[in-house]
Amino acid sequence: MSALFNYLLKLADDSFIMGQRLSEWCGEGPYLEEDIALTNVALDELGQANNFYQYASRVADNGKSEDDLAFLRYEHEYVNAHWTELPNEDYAQTILKVYVFSVYQKLMYEALSNSADEELSAIAQKSLKEVKYHYTHTSSWMKIFARGTEESRQRLINAIENIWEYTKGLFAKVEGEDDLIALNIAPNIEGLYNEFVDITEKDFQDFGLEYPKNPFMQPKSRTGYHTEYFGYILCELQYMQRAYPGCTW
Amino acid sequence: MNNLLNILSQIPDPEIPVIDIVELGIVREAKVTGENTCEVIITPTYSACPAMFTIEEDIIKIMKENGWDAKVVTKMFPIWTTDWLTDEAREKLRAYGITPPEKGADEHYIGKPKKCPRCGSEHTKQISRFGSTLCKASYQCLDCLEPFDYFKCH
Repeated sequence: MSALFNYLLKLADDSFIMGQRLSEWCGEGPYLEEDIALTNVALDELGQANNFYQYASRVADNGKSEDDLAFLRYEHEYVNAHWTELPNEDYAQTILKVYVFSVYQKLMYEALSNSADEELSAIAQKSLKEVKYHYTHTSSWMKIFARGTEESRQRLINAIENIWEYTKGLFAKVEGEDDLIALNIAPNIEGLYNEFVDITEKDFQDFGLEYPKNPFMQPKSRTGYHTEYFGYILCELQYMQRAYPGCTW
Repeated sequence: MNNLLNILSQIPDPEIPVIDIVELGIVREAKVTGENTCEVIITPTYSACPAMFTIEEDIIKIMKENGWDAKVVTKMFPIWTTDWLTDEAREKLRAYGITPPEKGADEHYIGKPKKCPRCGSEHTKQISRFGSTLCKASYQCLDCLEPFDYFKCH
């Protein structure tokens, strides 16, 4: 498959799995306004995923629709970063997940807005407006947790200790990505990672949190290897299409 | 406004029925492509706006009623912005109880206090950054105490 197809799947799978995970909070939020906030964020992610899958389906041009790509691939064929599939756990970890992801997406979409591929640039510009809002929302919660009660602070610190090692996986490349970088279709992801570290380090200072100085980072994001959580997500996600092939609304 | 746009402007936004899809900026272009065929170009407000499906169906239906076989094409670029809302549409929103978005505010989350659509007071507070649809946030007026929706700058 082409490099562009792989790259579109990477963008789509990230948003798709993030949206699916977040929608687990639907009806379970800590209070009404936050329940609405998280499901709105989840919906934005699913919409972005849909746009990328649609484009990927046109690029592949093999009769597979965006729904086939979303619902009928096997575990090793998904190229989302491990970060997106990690469990929500408590609200501190959920907010940390969305905060980090919004910093990542903001950098990606800002860079992709200047992509030599017009369609990719258009989807990125559209999505950028949405993730900026996610960033505003979650960074304010990061601050509230860090400066709130002893318990809220401790829960956030625990979440950071538990999952920070998966952050670098967001910046893992897919097959053929270097070709797209050379063609100015995709941005240089290593450069974006350095920006990510700068932004989050500065934010952590503002939140009043110690920046994780853990040299270990989990490898193998986007290689077909997943965390043990991923299979369960797919079971739920693909249930209808597997049980009733081809079913529609 | 051409004849096709006149027909299309009879379609209300499914979520906010006081404004139509032309003044909201969803319909970008409508052109005749044959004797009784036409093409309507639309653009989504938000990536995931669920109203887009209904809007597409509504367009095909109303065009058919007027003797047109319409093809609906979705285009992402140029990116939809609330700046496209006409002054008239903004006033309709306000009268309906939704505070319209400020013009030209690209960083939509930073802004002046939102005016209460009912009493006009600027003494209001944000209840929630998110609301009943993707395009709105929830506020409350601290003078007349009414809660209200704010159509976010986008």
